[in-house]
Amino acid sequence: MAESQAVHAVHAHQFEDLDQQHDVGTLGMWAFLATEIMFFGGLFAGYTVYRYLYLPSFEAGSRLLDIRLGAINTAVLLGSSLTMALAVRAAQTNKRKALATFLVLTMILGGVFLGIKFVEYAHKWEHHLVPGLHWAPDAEEVAQIQGLKPGAAAPQVELFLCFYFFMTGMHALHMIIGFGIMTVMLVLSLRGRFSSEYYSPIEVTGLYWHFVDIIWIFLFPLLYLVGGRY
Amino acid sequence: MSGHVVSVKNYVLIFLALLALTALTTGVAFIDLGPYNTMVALAIAGCKMMLVVLFFMHILYSRNLTKIVAAAGLLWLMILLTLTMSDFATRNWTPEPSGWNAGGKSSGAPAPAGAATAPSTPATESH
Amino acid sequence: MSATIAEVPIESRVHYLNADYGIRSWLLTTDHKRIALLYLASITFMFFIGGAAAVLIRLHLLEPQGALVQPETYNKLFTMHGVVMIFFFLIPAIPAVLGNFLVPLMIGARDLAFPRLNLLSWYVYVVGALFTLAALLTGGVDTGWTFYTPYSTTYSNSNVILVGLGAFITGFSSILTGLNFIVTIHKMRAPGLTWFRMPLFIWAIYATSIIFLLGTPVVAITLALLALERLLHVGIFDPKLGGDPLLFQHLFWFYSHPAVYIMILPALGVMSELISCFSRKRIFGYSFVGFSSMAIAALSFLVWGHHMFVTGQSVYAGLVFSALSFLVAIPSAIKVFNWTATLYKGSISYDAPMLYALGFIGLFTMGGLTGLFLASLATDVHLNGTYFIVAHFHYIMVGGTIMAYLGGLHFWWPKISGRLYPDGWARFAALIIFVGFNLTFFPQFMLGYLGMPRRYAVYPPEFQVLNVMSSAGASILGVGYLIPLIYFIWSLRYGPPAGPNPWKAKGLEWQTPSPPPTENFEEIPVVTEEAYAYAAEEKHGG
Repeated sequence: MAESQAVHAVHAHQFEDLDQQHDVGTLGMWAFLATEIMFFGGLFAGYTVYRYLYLPSFEAGSRLLDIRLGAINTAVLLGSSLTMALAVRAAQTNKRKALATFLVLTMILGGVFLGIKFVEYAHKWEHHLVPGLHWAPDAEEVAQIQGLKPGAAAPQVELFLCFYFFMTGMHALHMIIGFGIMTVMLVLSLRGRFSSEYYSPIEVTGLYWHFVDIIWIFLFPLLYLVGGRY
Repeated sequence: MSGHVVSVKNYVLIFLALLALTALTTGVAFIDLGPYNTMVALAIAGCKMMLVVLFFMHILYSRNLTKIVAAAGLLWLMILLTLTMSDFATRNWTPEPSGWNAGGKSSGAPAPAGAATAPSTPATESH
Repeated sequence: MSATIAEVPIESRVHYLNADYGIRSWLLTTDHKRIALLYLASITFMFFIGGAAAVLIRLHLLEPQGALVQPETYNKLFTMHGVVMIFFFLIPAIPAVLGNFLVPLMIGARDLAFPRLNLLSWYVYVVGALFTLAALLTGGVDTGWTFYTPYSTTYSNSNVILVGLGAFITGFSSILTGLNFIVTIHKMRAPGLTWFRMPLFIWAIYATSIIFLLGTPVVAITLALLALERLLHVGIFDPKLGGDPLLFQHLFWFYSHPAVYIMILPALGVMSELISCFSRKRIFGYSFVGFSSMAIAALSFLVWGHHMFVTGQSVYAGLVFSALSFLVAIPSAIKVFNWTATLYKGSISYDAPMLYALGFIGLFTMGGLTGLFLASLATDVHLNGTYFIVAHFHYIMVGGTIMAYLGGLHFWWPKISGRLYPDGWARFAALIIFVGFNLTFFPQFMLGYLGMPRRYAVYPPEFQVLNVMSSAGASILGVGYLIPLIYFIWSLRYGPPAGPNPWKAKGLEWQTPSPPPTENFEEIPVVTEEAYAYAAEEKHGG
């Protein structure tokens, strides 16, 4: 029964055929991603302005972040993009089990990413370095980590961490939404909905996931690598 | 149904390239290149983005319209960043009329208590 | 074929209005025509809310010391007037009502690309509106619709976050609508309908959708940052903590300036349809008009700093924005010249839609020209913050957008409802609106030039005469707006059947019955002629 469902995929009534529907879905997702570029873009704009105005604070704040965890997370997310691309490929080549497997792998890797982020957030909370909610940095400790002399002028570190939390938080939110979408796709694929004839929801999910990866590709150097570790 | 199928090998190669670039950018952060650190980091990030966009997101094999939509998003982001920075980067260019902030500080705009004009505080805070 | 359709009374034919009954068939519809009517109901409701605020404002300003409310309440009135009118009426009106209804019909499609997203966009709009109304009912907001910081983040004691949330949510309605339109126009045009055969209304909707997609997300994230700062006081926009209020303004106006073009571009599109039909003539310079819509969409993103000439922006950035602002006037002027050339030697009839269109040309031109005074840095320094600005944008938004919206409603009402409205009343209402509008807002140019500040609950006594004139005009304008509401509703029951093409207009939407069947066309049409292919002998009289 699952077989016949996949083979006889029907296009929605407003379209001529499945090809047009696939084209339309892809274009729609790309248009949506353009809006997401601008959504995150507002945050990048704010970041750019304040980095220009307060570079030493941004450098100091960046050194408070764990570069190893950031790099590992970057690798993990890139891995999840690979598995997502392979999931799309599995759908394109009618390999239903592989499709489900790769979707699950993508979600696992995404979960690892979020787990590491949780560890990082928890560390900041323990050290009272959460702007607005729990901000009481131990000046000596902060100075030590940053390599600043105690009392040196870096007053906008809180602002930097603001951007850190908000940008990575918004990114994490998008990942969680991605999990939701992938769960739906996984259920549908287990029911045999997708095939080489009809896989555009998988492809479109892939586009979204890769976009989330690209945001992180920029967040990593902009948040973790400001000022360097030399 | 149309759709270019990329080989597993190519996908893995792209992934390995991405990993290598990640290692590179992390490594470069431990070397002092002065102002070039930022440029190199952004350039590497740009390359990684292109690899993901071209190959994982299949833009290389997509219609021209798709390419235009993606490019438009990036272009508009550049507009936002450039024109916004055109304000902040040129605030210091206009000397303050004498008689304001008697203390002879030069800043781009009348200063409220603090730092809308952070560039005005001495060199430590700005490039 | 059309003769046969006209003979069959509406009641016995199945069309989109009677295809299904019951509230579920409306609230769960995916038919773009029904969704357009859902929007029509909602935005009309919000128009009355925003209009009520306007009535109270004009009543209050009858006296120099304020006739009605406390200054704090006055601040809330003009804020809610702005928020409701801009986010919940002007931005959605033409795209979500006329656009949703007409885009598939005009391009020969059966529906939009994403019908369920379309329905979702309406629900998102409603949720956003509910948040805003909740804010209104629990004390309102007094920051101005522009939410400038640090007042909105730190000092205001009003429902800033609630209204910000309302606007944030409604923004996604716009994004979904724009996304739907862009994909539909690219991918679902009927055979033979090339880009340069499309109605100019479609070009306008397409250009508007670009702005929807690329601008709205920025204001969304900005409102989120605003809420964050208001909650956590972390200083993103607060000078005390190192932030810059101007960053908020940059991010806010990056969207809100293109937003004003969201409000006018579809109106300009409606204008091309009206002018061409009621002059029985092709629009002069079709491709110039089409490209000018695209140019407006692109240039609109480059000028936002002209709202910040006097708030502390760098003078050099101001110069750049000023020059670009002059540039953006050019495509609009191109349209006005082309419409004028279309009218020349056209066979003009003065039906109600045309009266609105002709009024638009004059009022939009005045609004546009006064914009140049504001684009010029030197004069803006004196005019900013005065009633000159208020008059300028009302000439565009009310004298422009609302007139075009009404003109479009009157033009397409027979298609939407299958009924005709009383012609005499319609023309009368158009004239009342024109007179009332000018009486309301022309004195405001004078008040602004004389120096009366905007957003003030009191004013010097020497300005009273002009203020009373303005308020008198507002009452006439209000009456003018009520009249079409009454006869449109009347026409649903008592209006004579319209037939498929009462105006004998060109365009695919007129090739199907009124009201259209749910599937829009029995057979998808094949397009072989250019847009506005009015026959030559129609042009010179007859």
